[in-house]
Amino acid sequence: MATVLVDTKHVAMADLKGKVDPDWCPGCGDFGVLAAVQKALVDLQIPNHNVVTISGIGCSSNFPGYINTYGMHTLHGRALAIATGVKLANHELTVLVTGGDGDGFGIGGNHFVHSMRRNVDLLYIVMDNQIYGLTTGQTSPTSRMGMKTKSMPFGNIEAPVNPISLALAAGATFIARGFSGEQKQLTDLIKQGIQHKGFSFLDVFSPCVTYNHDNTYQWFRPRLKKLEDDPAHDPTDWMAAMRKSLLWGDEIPIGKFFERTDVPPLHGAEPVLNAGPLLHADTRIPPDVAHSFVEELM
Amino acid sequence: MKQTFTIGIGGAAGQGVATPGDIFAKIFSRRGLHLNAYNAYQSIIRGGHTFLTIRTGPERVSNMGDRVDLLIPLNQDAMNRHLGLLTDGAACIYNADTITPGVPAKGALLCPLPVSKLADISRNKVAQNTLAVGAGLSMMGIGFQSLEEVLTEQFKKKGDAVVSENVGIARAGYDYATAHFEPFPWPLPMTNNRYAVLSGNIAMAMGGAAAGVKFYCAYPMSPSTGVLHWMAAHARKAGIMVRQVEDEIGVVNMAIGAAHAGVRSMCATSGGGFALMTEGLGLSAMMETPVVVIDCQRAGPSTGVPTKTEQGDLWQILGAAFGDYPRVIAAPLDIGDCFKIIPEIFNIADRFQCPGIVLCDLLLSEGRLSVDPKDLDFAPVVDRGELITSVPSTSGSSGDGVYKRYKITESGISPRAVPGVPGYAHTAASDEHDEDGVLISDEFTNPTKRRNMMEKRMRKVTGIEAAVPPPVLSGSRDADITLIGWGSTKGVIEEACEILTEQGIPANHLQIRWLVPLHGDAILNILKDTRHTIIVENNYSGQFARYLRSETSYVPNGYIRKYDGEPFMPHHIVEAVKEQLGGKSRLSVPAHEILV
Repeated sequence: MATVLVDTKHVAMADLKGKVDPDWCPGCGDFGVLAAVQKALVDLQIPNHNVVTISGIGCSSNFPGYINTYGMHTLHGRALAIATGVKLANHELTVLVTGGDGDGFGIGGNHFVHSMRRNVDLLYIVMDNQIYGLTTGQTSPTSRMGMKTKSMPFGNIEAPVNPISLALAAGATFIARGFSGEQKQLTDLIKQGIQHKGFSFLDVFSPCVTYNHDNTYQWFRPRLKKLEDDPAHDPTDWMAAMRKSLLWGDEIPIGKFFERTDVPPLHGAEPVLNAGPLLHADTRIPPDVAHSFVEELM
Repeated sequence: MKQTFTIGIGGAAGQGVATPGDIFAKIFSRRGLHLNAYNAYQSIIRGGHTFLTIRTGPERVSNMGDRVDLLIPLNQDAMNRHLGLLTDGAACIYNADTITPGVPAKGALLCPLPVSKLADISRNKVAQNTLAVGAGLSMMGIGFQSLEEVLTEQFKKKGDAVVSENVGIARAGYDYATAHFEPFPWPLPMTNNRYAVLSGNIAMAMGGAAAGVKFYCAYPMSPSTGVLHWMAAHARKAGIMVRQVEDEIGVVNMAIGAAHAGVRSMCATSGGGFALMTEGLGLSAMMETPVVVIDCQRAGPSTGVPTKTEQGDLWQILGAAFGDYPRVIAAPLDIGDCFKIIPEIFNIADRFQCPGIVLCDLLLSEGRLSVDPKDLDFAPVVDRGELITSVPSTSGSSGDGVYKRYKITESGISPRAVPGVPGYAHTAASDEHDEDGVLISDEFTNPTKRRNMMEKRMRKVTGIEAAVPPPVLSGSRDADITLIGWGSTKGVIEEACEILTEQGIPANHLQIRWLVPLHGDAILNILKDTRHTIIVENNYSGQFARYLRSETSYVPNGYIRKYDGEPFMPHHIVEAVKEQLGGKSRLSVPAHEILV
């Protein structure tokens, strides 16, 4: 009789608790995102050593320190570039990238666009609070026009970026929006994003209770409409998703805007990885290959 | 003096200067001759002027030399610019149909080729080039068969008709020269050796493959792009993931990501791209994730002169990234060293979990050199340091609760677990952190912990110093002149020393390969016994001289600098030394006579 070895260690919420407690302000939306990510990993039973949580800089980028997975708390705006390197070096890892709107859409905007067109297989969660919090309240790329902040005390005169439309245009293959006050839906979107094979973008309204007095829980709640409640919504229809992404004001959609599964992820498109993760590859070039490299030059 | 022979080929970009150059290089290296090639070119795809110098000889040829023996101008412009370089015994082969010669120096030969009589130029647009190659080889006393072999290889993909057409044209040039032109008095010899001919960029790329690099990424930037081209073309055979990234900020961070996941990871750029990478170097140092970055220097500042050489990035490299952190910086001494230095610097970066920087320049990156294949060792020592890629079978413990990524140790080195290993989960942070990776930049801020972590990281410097050999003096200790250089100037300074010594001014030479750690005490120990020291470098302000002074308080007797975009030639240094010994000047800036 064959012996089947099964990793029987059950992943529980307690296993995913970080070494320290979050130092976010009481009421910060990021608590809800952290809880939803931990719940999603428990639901999917992914062992913590196979997960890498990678962030940039900002309040929400403190995230990796609060969850017990492998973590990288890197430079402002650079998490996606680093995450791409991690995924290509060991594509067996589940890669989560977390950060804020300034980190992702401002200083990291270039990497955001290019990571999406590359279809890197990771889940990118942006805790979008429409403000710079850790630097004590300046305008962010998603701050609404007219919003008064310390950096634009007479009101923002620049139009905000629309992350969902941008992601659609850049070619992300899974695009969703959540709300940290909607735990059940948020957890479900995170699970879908982790399971999707390609670039999953999840923009999460995560209110800043200290510096953003415009976009509060109370402001969001009556406006948010779940896409899954609309029987006509077809997340495989790119044009329809683009139209939905433009809705803002009295009705703001949350849920899955778009998903396509016919594009291979970056690591699946490069034959160099066919033999398995680079981490386990032999570092020695076989002698006959090395010989051919030198012969070319003779 | 070593016997060498130099060919200069000049023409417009797009006129096919490179092809005759490649043919000569192949023939020389297959005859067992050494060679050194340097192409002076401009940032233009068609037109302009390029001048390729190939110097060959039976012994190692370390630089482009001072003299052109055979000039092949492919257009009137090249004739006008370069005929004046020829001296007694030299010759110029040119297309008599289209080019009017100037008046050569006494003893220099004009060798006109009646191109339209020898070849059907309506069918073959580069017939003049092929005829000139044939004619040149005849005058050098090299049998036609070697040319036929190379042409056959080169054109075999295009079919037999193209092969025989080109061989026919070459033969016509060869026979015409045999009948009409006086051969060079010194027929090129032959040895039993065989050499590979490669650029510094190819050497660094292959050095990376040999070192076990599994991830390479870059943004195109002259003169570093050749590394990307070799990596991309050989990626699948070598099992290397090669990516072109949106900018150099993305490049360095992607490379760090791959390195953090446990593979050897490398990237190359030039000064402008390196400027964008500097924050990433600090990240590599702070997270203690080793990465190797190559800077192929070009003439700056800003966009500068992208196709010209300089050693002007030293202080950028020294000052790259804010804060104090351990790192290692090396400047390869020649193209062969470009290969060797990569596995060496990876071993140090891996052992000490810090960034390694290779400071190359256009002269080496795009120059070409003959290298003994035995010196291209694809099985070098690979030392990954204290790296944990799986649960240690001996420990029996999962690491849970005990593993501290940044454990304070005497060496400053903390065992590094990569993501995926059960029981070793931790967070690596760009913020200052404690032994277990927890940030000490916010509510846990603690001056004692900060000091301990700084000292832990900086203790690695002691280990790095012990791992890197101090420089040594070459040549006789008893010399009137000691020339000091760093990186790519080794070959030309070496030859200048030989010439000076032959001319009755005994000279020796100290070349710096490792810039950090510098081994200042060892350098002072060498220099205390010298009589007259001169620092030679390819930049305006004497960047190395200033660095040496800042590290050791040492002030030399004089300086030779060049910042016109072209490399030193031996006579530049020889004449400058004589000028300084005559007490005329302490700073010489030689003029470059080859107007390219």
